[in-house]
Amino acid sequence: MDFLVQNFAVLLFSLLAVLTVAGAIGVVTLKNPVHSAISLLGTFVMVAALFVLKHAEFLGAVQLLVYAGGILVLFLFVIMLVNVRKLRPESAFLSNLAPAAVAVGTLFGVMVALVMVLSRLAGPGADPTALRTVEGQVLGNTEAVGWVLYRTYLVPFEVVSVILLVAMIGAIVFGRRQASLEREEEGGQG
Amino acid sequence: MTLEQFVPFVPEIALAVAALAVLLAGIPMGRKAPRALALLSVAAMAVSAILVVLYATPSAGPEVILGGMLSVDGFGVFFKLLFLLAGAITLLMGVGYVVRAGYGYGEFASLVLFATVGMMVMASGANLASLYVGLELMALSVYILVGYFKLEVKSNEGAVKYFVLGALSSAILLYGISLVYGGLGTLELGAIRDALAAGSPSGRVVGLGIVLVSFGMLFKVAAVPFHVWTPDAYEGAPTPITAFISVAPKAAAFAMFLRLFLGAFRPAIGQWHGVLWVAAAATMIYGNLAALTQDNVKRMLAYSSIAHAGYALLGIVAANAMGAWSLLLYMLIYTFMNLGAFGFVALLESRGYAGELVTDYAGLAKRAPAAAAGMLILMLALAGIPPTGGFMGKLYVFSAAVQAGYVWLVVIAVIMSAVSLYYYFRIVVQMYLHDGDGSELAALVRDRWLEIGIAACVVVVLILGVWPAPALGWAQAGLAALGF
Repeated sequence: MDFLVQNFAVLLFSLLAVLTVAGAIGVVTLKNPVHSAISLLGTFVMVAALFVLKHAEFLGAVQLLVYAGGILVLFLFVIMLVNVRKLRPESAFLSNLAPAAVAVGTLFGVMVALVMVLSRLAGPGADPTALRTVEGQVLGNTEAVGWVLYRTYLVPFEVVSVILLVAMIGAIVFGRRQASLEREEEGGQG
Repeated sequence: MTLEQFVPFVPEIALAVAALAVLLAGIPMGRKAPRALALLSVAAMAVSAILVVLYATPSAGPEVILGGMLSVDGFGVFFKLLFLLAGAITLLMGVGYVVRAGYGYGEFASLVLFATVGMMVMASGANLASLYVGLELMALSVYILVGYFKLEVKSNEGAVKYFVLGALSSAILLYGISLVYGGLGTLELGAIRDALAAGSPSGRVVGLGIVLVSFGMLFKVAAVPFHVWTPDAYEGAPTPITAFISVAPKAAAFAMFLRLFLGAFRPAIGQWHGVLWVAAAATMIYGNLAALTQDNVKRMLAYSSIAHAGYALLGIVAANAMGAWSLLLYMLIYTFMNLGAFGFVALLESRGYAGELVTDYAGLAKRAPAAAAGMLILMLALAGIPPTGGFMGKLYVFSAAVQAGYVWLVVIAVIMSAVSLYYYFRIVVQMYLHDGDGSELAALVRDRWLEIGIAACVVVVLILGVWPAPALGWAQAGLAALGF
């Protein structure tokens, strides 16, 4: 019992980490796309829990709202609108993936090694209040994120909003039907 | 952070607001009054340029504003005015072209304006975060513009290749940035420079980060071996957009390249100069040799622009003050040479990509003597022959590299310039010495605005060739920003 109490944080982290990876494996191995999406939901929720465990409460909440709430629902809509079962059987996709899998696996190994090196360089364990300290005051995590986002990183934040707008314009430019062009296309080049 | 700090950022804000206005005005005017819309967009560019001169020019030395995100300095002013000029010429040259092809002009103009905003942020970024978002704003706008002719298969292909490879390069760049941040604990260019000069404890990780950042930047300037997207994107894009992406985003990428490698990463030059001189040599050799065999003029000019990126890289490899200002001057001259050359391709093009083959230029000197003379001047300039601006650009960049001791790299550059004469003169020979058979000659498009844009480019290239002193002064005024 003492062991459990003393190592509670580590045990909780291990449990969440295992569930995160299990969910991710489920996404790529389950046959039914809807099951895959639900498995992805599990991964998102577990990652949110990991953020909370690491004192990044704001990121945890955003992870739940945006990924679990928004993006996953979008995935489910697409899966249900497009009749996925009519697509090519998966073996056709998987047949020539072996070299790519080896390459990605190697790259992943390199990244893990780098993270190990970096974490050793980072020195002793990080300060748990680091993510919510603003100008010497310890505040909430959300406050700290807002402080940094709307003050120090105001310019990049605004530019990112313009990037999103440009992405929307692009989607409309490509997605819109243009009657005048299509008529020309039928009569002209075909 | 006070409100006064926003004053030097006003040109960008004004241009972004204008882009929104043009987007809205484009709904009624995009098809019915595209020329009025073009004038409106060019006026917005002009206003932004005036604001740059009035408010973004430093009173004394470089000054960092808005939480260390942007730097107010002569370097930024030089590039911002260059982007605004290139954007305005693109808008003028594009209006007739887009309308003839049957597409709306509203989104076209607004995306060019948004891309220019992104480039202006890139030119003045003093923090890896602001530089990166500026880059992405530019890149995303340009991907859309490359695929703007959405019913043309080539345009789709170019846009998809550009987008996928561009996203990959952004990921590599971002990974490099994250390693630099992980190793040094800061994103600010000034702080990075100080930390590197003091000798950081995590040198290996930072070194790897810097090398990955250099890969990302080499991709954005289309240097070998990261050039594979270039010919397809340049060939598939609507020709005025090819002109635009071959100059403005490339100049913006070089501006960011200079700020990063000669500004922030210069103390760690041992980590990156090997990567860059190999890339410069490979780019000059491959770009010129590959251009020799191209029959499509757009593809040929695409390889030529790869070769020019190689020459320009010499300025960064040299890593001295002259390398920096000669690269600024080179970008200025190159912008007008390439805008004009692609403008000519647009002039010869009718719907369905005719007028793109070298043989379509046969007998042009007889049909259109003025146009042929203009193209001759631009080809001489691209090859680097006096008295055109192209010669001045190459002269200073090559001298900078010699000064830094890269003599044999300059030998390669000179040999490759001689090689480039062959493919530039293929067009000249077709124009002046061949008659063509008369039947399948591509007719010149009557497009007054396009002609004005090209004429302006030709005149500027000639002026910069005989009287480069003022431009040289502007380029040198930017050096303080890089710490020379």
